[in-house]
Amino acid sequence: MKFKHESIEINAGLLIALTLVVVSIGGLVEIVPLFFINETVEQVKKADGRDAVHPYTPLESRGRDIYVREGCFLCHSQMIRPFRDEHLRYGHYSLAAESQYDHPFQWGSKRTGPDLARVGKKYSNEWHTQHLLKPKSVMPDSIMPNYPWLLENALDYSDIKARMKAQKMVGVPYSETDEEYEANVKRFGAEIARDLDIVYAEENLLRQAENGNYDGDKSRVTEMDALVAYLQVLGTMVDFKSYQEGHFSEFR
Amino acid sequence: MAHANAPVEQYNYEVIRKFAIMSLVWGLLGMSVGVYIALELAFPALNFDIPEITFGRLRPVHTTLVIFGFGGSALFATSYYIVQRTCQARLFSNGLATFTFWGWQIIILSGALSYMLGYSQGREYAEFEWPIDILIAVVWVAYLALFVQAIRQRTQPHIYVANWFFLAFIMVTAILHIFNNLAMPVGLFTLKSYSAFSGVQDAMTQWWYGHNAVGFFLTAAFLGMMYYFVPKQAGRPVYSYRLSIIHFWALVFLYMWAGAHHLHWTALPDWTSTLAATFSIMLLLPSWGGMINGIMTLSGAWDKLRSDPIMLFMIASLSFYGMSTFEGPLMSLKSVNALSHYTDWTIGHVHSGALGWVAMISFGSMYHLIPRLYGTKIFSLKLIYTHFWLATIGIVLYITSMWIAGIGQGLFLRAFDDYGNLKYSFIETVAFLHQPYVWRAIGGMFFVAGVMVMAYNVIRTISRAKREAAELEAKIAAKMASA
Repeated sequence: MKFKHESIEINAGLLIALTLVVVSIGGLVEIVPLFFINETVEQVKKADGRDAVHPYTPLESRGRDIYVREGCFLCHSQMIRPFRDEHLRYGHYSLAAESQYDHPFQWGSKRTGPDLARVGKKYSNEWHTQHLLKPKSVMPDSIMPNYPWLLENALDYSDIKARMKAQKMVGVPYSETDEEYEANVKRFGAEIARDLDIVYAEENLLRQAENGNYDGDKSRVTEMDALVAYLQVLGTMVDFKSYQEGHFSEFR
Repeated sequence: MAHANAPVEQYNYEVIRKFAIMSLVWGLLGMSVGVYIALELAFPALNFDIPEITFGRLRPVHTTLVIFGFGGSALFATSYYIVQRTCQARLFSNGLATFTFWGWQIIILSGALSYMLGYSQGREYAEFEWPIDILIAVVWVAYLALFVQAIRQRTQPHIYVANWFFLAFIMVTAILHIFNNLAMPVGLFTLKSYSAFSGVQDAMTQWWYGHNAVGFFLTAAFLGMMYYFVPKQAGRPVYSYRLSIIHFWALVFLYMWAGAHHLHWTALPDWTSTLAATFSIMLLLPSWGGMINGIMTLSGAWDKLRSDPIMLFMIASLSFYGMSTFEGPLMSLKSVNALSHYTDWTIGHVHSGALGWVAMISFGSMYHLIPRLYGTKIFSLKLIYTHFWLATIGIVLYITSMWIAGIGQGLFLRAFDDYGNLKYSFIETVAFLHQPYVWRAIGGMFFVAGVMVMAYNVIRTISRAKREAAELEAKIAAKMASA
C-alpha cells in the first residue's frame, strides 16, 4: 500500500495524533534524561564530607522572594560562563550544584547590569543598602532604579513556615521532624541544619537579621535586611580554593 | 424579541470582532509600555521610585500584553475566522466562544496587574501566577474544543493547511503551559508559588517552554494566519502545496529541540545545548520553506506590491520572518552565542521577529479581516501606507540600535589590555548603551505611532459600517412605508 499524505489531510484524528508524536520527541529526549543522569548536578562535598551547597536560610529565602518580586533577573544574570573575561570579572564559572535549591532558577538571560552569581561578600552590607537605595550614589553611571521601599517596608515573615513547607514539597530539604533534622545535621552540619528547621523558622529569621544587621538598623527587620542577606550568600557556598584546578571540568 | 426574525450570521463573527478589537487595544497598550520601559533604560529617573512601574515589574507587563494580549487575541480572531470559513462550519457553541473571549481578557488584565503588584513566577513569558495559570488552561481547553469541533464538522474532505498550523499551535501551547507551570502554591489564598523544578531542570523546562512559545505561539500560529490571508489578499493559490507539507512537519518536529540554545555555556550539560544548536541550524530550512512559500504565492502578481499596501505588509513581514529565522540559527552557534548572549542583540533579534514578522503579518491580516467582519471597505488606503512606513522605519531603528548595543557591549566585555587584564569595567559598557537605548526608544515610538494610525483607520471603518447599515435600514423602512 502506497502512503499518501492526503490520508492525513482528510483525517483530523490522525493529524492530531501524528502532530502530538512529532512534537513530543524533542522535549522527551532533552528534558527527561536531565532528571535521571546523576552527573547533571555534580556532587560538591567539603573536606569533612558534607554538602557544600545548602538551602537558603529563612531570611535569605525571603530575600530571594523579593529578588523575584522585583524582577531583578531581567537585568542581572546568575550564571557565570567558562570564559576568561567572565572568570576575571566574576570568578569561577557557575556549577549546576549551586542552583540546585533554586525554585525557580534565576540564571537570567540578559545583563543590563553585571552577573550576581558570586556577588556575595564582595561588598559590605552598607554598600548594598546604599546601592539599593540609590544606585547612582555609589555608581554614577548606573541606570538601575532606586529601591527606597525596601528599607521602608517591614519584612512580612508571617507565612515563612508556609513558604518553607511549599519549597519542601518540591524537594528542598527543610526539616519538620526530628529524623529530617538529624539527616540535615549529617548532610550539612549542625549549624546549618538549625537554620533549615521549619519549626524554628521565625526565631532563626529574626536571629540572622539581628546578628547580620544588614540594613544598619537593628530595631526592625526590613525587606532590605532580607534582600541583602540573600545577595551576601550568593556564590559563597563553594570554596573553590579547596579543590584542585580542573576538578570541576570533569563534570561539564 | 425585537430581533427574533433578524438573520443569524452563517458564522460566529461576533466573537471574532471582539478579539480583533481587543488585539488592537492590547497592542497599543503593550507597545506603549514597551516604549516606556525603553525610556526607563535610557533615562532611569522615569522609574520615579514607584514600585509598580519600575523596569523589573513593567517588563513582564510589556511582554505579556504584547505576546498574549495583542498576539493571542489576533490569533483567536484569525483562527476562528479561518477555521469557520475553510471548514464551512460555525463554531459549535456561542457561549463557549464568548467564554474564551472574556476568559482571555481577564487573564491578560489580571496578569499585568499582578506583576505590577509584585506577583511573578520569575520565569520569562511564564510570569502568570498559579490561579491565572489554571484559568489559562481552562480557556485553552475550550479553545481546543471549539477548534477541533469545527474541523470535525467541515463540509470539505480536506483540512486546509492553515488549520494544521493552528492545531499544532493550540496543542503544543497546552502541553508547554501545563508542564512548565507546575508549581507549589504557598497557600490556597496567596498568589505566591514555587516552581516544581529547580536549577538545571527548571532552566531546561523553562526554555523548552520559552523557545516553543516563540516557535508555536509566535511562529506556527502566525504561519497559519499567513497561509490563509496571503493567498486571499493576493487572489492566488498557495505557491507550493508540497512545500507546505514538508515544512509543516519539519518545523513542528525541529522546533521542539531548539530551546536549550538559550542555555549555551551554562551549567546545563553540553550534550543538551549542542543538540539544541544542531537542531536550531536545521530549523533554518523549514523556516525559509514557509517564507518562500508565502512570498512566491505572489509570483505572477508582483504588481500588487505597487497598488496594495496590505500586500506590502504581508510581504515585508515574510521578509522579516526570513531575516530573523536566519539570525536565530546564527545566534544559536556556540561561538556567536558566547558574544551575543546576555546582550541587547537578543532583544533586537526578538523584536525583528515580533515587530517585523508577528506584528506586520497581523496588521496585514487585520486590514483584510476587519472590513469584511463589518461588511464594508477600509476607510483609507493612504493611512495603511502611512502605517506601513512608520512601522518599517521603527523596526529598522530598533534592530540596528540593538545590534550596535549588543555587539558593542559583547566586544567591550571581552576586551583585554596589553597585560591581559580586563580593558573595561562593566559600568563603562552601561554608559556606552545610553545612545543606542535612546534610538531604540525612538524606533519604538515610530512603531507605536503606526499602530495609532491603524486604530484611527479601524475606528473610522467601523463607524462607516455602522452608518451604512443605518442608512440601509432607513431605506428599507422608507420603502416598506411607501409600499
